[in-house]
Amino acid sequence: MSVEVLDPGPLSTLQDLGRPGWAHLGVARAGALDRGAAALARRLVGGAVDDAVVETTLGGIVLRTGRAATLAVTGAACEVRVDGHAVGHGTPVTVPAGAVVIIGPARTGVRSYVAFAGGIAAEPVLGSRATDTLAWVGPPRLAAGQVLALGRPGQWPEPPAAVVVRPREPVMRLRPGPRADWLAEGAWAALDGTRYAVAPDSDRIGLRLDGPRVERRAGELPSEGMVIGAVQLPPSGQPVVFLADHPPTGGYPVVALVADDDLDLCAQLRPGDRVVLRTG
Amino acid sequence: MGAMRVVPVGERACLVEVRDAVAAASLAVWARSAGLAADDIVPAAATVLFDGVDPADVAAALPGWTAGSAAPPGPVVRVPVTYDGPDLERVAEHWRCQVGDVVDLHTSTEFTALFCGFAPGFSYLAGLPADRTVPRLATPRSRVAPGSVALADGWCGIYPTASPGGWLVIGTTDAPLWDADRETPALLPPGTRVRFEAC
Repeated sequence: MSVEVLDPGPLSTLQDLGRPGWAHLGVARAGALDRGAAALARRLVGGAVDDAVVETTLGGIVLRTGRAATLAVTGAACEVRVDGHAVGHGTPVTVPAGAVVIIGPARTGVRSYVAFAGGIAAEPVLGSRATDTLAWVGPPRLAAGQVLALGRPGQWPEPPAAVVVRPREPVMRLRPGPRADWLAEGAWAALDGTRYAVAPDSDRIGLRLDGPRVERRAGELPSEGMVIGAVQLPPSGQPVVFLADHPPTGGYPVVALVADDDLDLCAQLRPGDRVVLRTG
Repeated sequence: MGAMRVVPVGERACLVEVRDAVAAASLAVWARSAGLAADDIVPAAATVLFDGVDPADVAAALPGWTAGSAAPPGPVVRVPVTYDGPDLERVAEHWRCQVGDVVDLHTSTEFTALFCGFAPGFSYLAGLPADRTVPRLATPRSRVAPGSVALADGWCGIYPTASPGGWLVIGTTDAPLWDADRETPALLPPGTRVRFEAC
């Protein structure tokens, strides 16, 4: 049971729930950026909650199955073709041996997820098969010619009867962060309803926002531990949202936190997209 | 225990502010030994982050720790260094001494790894006298070679992998700082005592 990578696209990695417990040694947690989409993909193929899935970035991926395999594609909307025939997104698809599976470029969003029945049998590093793109801990990024071993499907998948994925409003809800007191008078209230653009250098490490300058006290903090969803405010006043591959410590004040439910949205915002901040 | 403050980081994490990095390292070691359930416990310069906890549970457990009850000294790791770094002269200038004096001070100091960060296996090593600080380079190098032994502020650190960096490089070592396949992947986890040896 295997699948070969014919073209990995701009960046494709293996991701699971990540590797908590190593931040004190300087290791980022990693894991699927759009956790909901990755979980749905696993569910559709009857996988375990921590099965590794493929995460693509904007450009999709092209694969070829060894033997017949059951897979599901979720996350960023894209065309899925098996030997040239269009098949469903967000539904389990059984693919014959030797078939070429094209997961096309994202039409909207950034990251699509591909789960296989039986999971992907990569060697775990520090307990996880997730690739951390900050320090490249974990399996290397997928490369053309690479063969991924698949596990044996436990039981025939029993997918949900219907999957409804509602389009997400580009609204990011914020909570006060541990260093909200670094904000200038009135700066918190001013964030509510403010529109930002996603900057081009956004990645799995952080979502960089480009828009009205957020005023704050001058200076830097002694380095301190960071959590996912932390909104760091560098002296430039342009906020950065820390995502799964964020450095475990940092020195800019965390003035806000993105609501947990909106982190999956952060995974699918592409450079140039607009997002509205809400502090209510 | 001095002023200790619990700062919530959302509903499932908190920062505990302590006096300094020594206290933070001590608190983190204590919290692990006390079995405080958390996904991650991250000591840093003057805080410990508890991630994946109820902040109230952390606040309730803290009275069990006193900064005075320092963690037992960790194991000593000896790190061989070739003192050939491009910034040795610069450090000597800052310290108003000879290059040989820099090496003598560095090899006669017992350092302690207080926290990691920046990269897997990069430990912040404390132990230099308070008047032996150095500023970072005004313009960071785009590539610092792996194994570079370097100084910044009052810290010493060793780059586990090639990376950009602004610390002043005084030498190189081939000590294996990071190996994800080892039981303890970092050679110098928090609490480790470090002695440098000229070779």
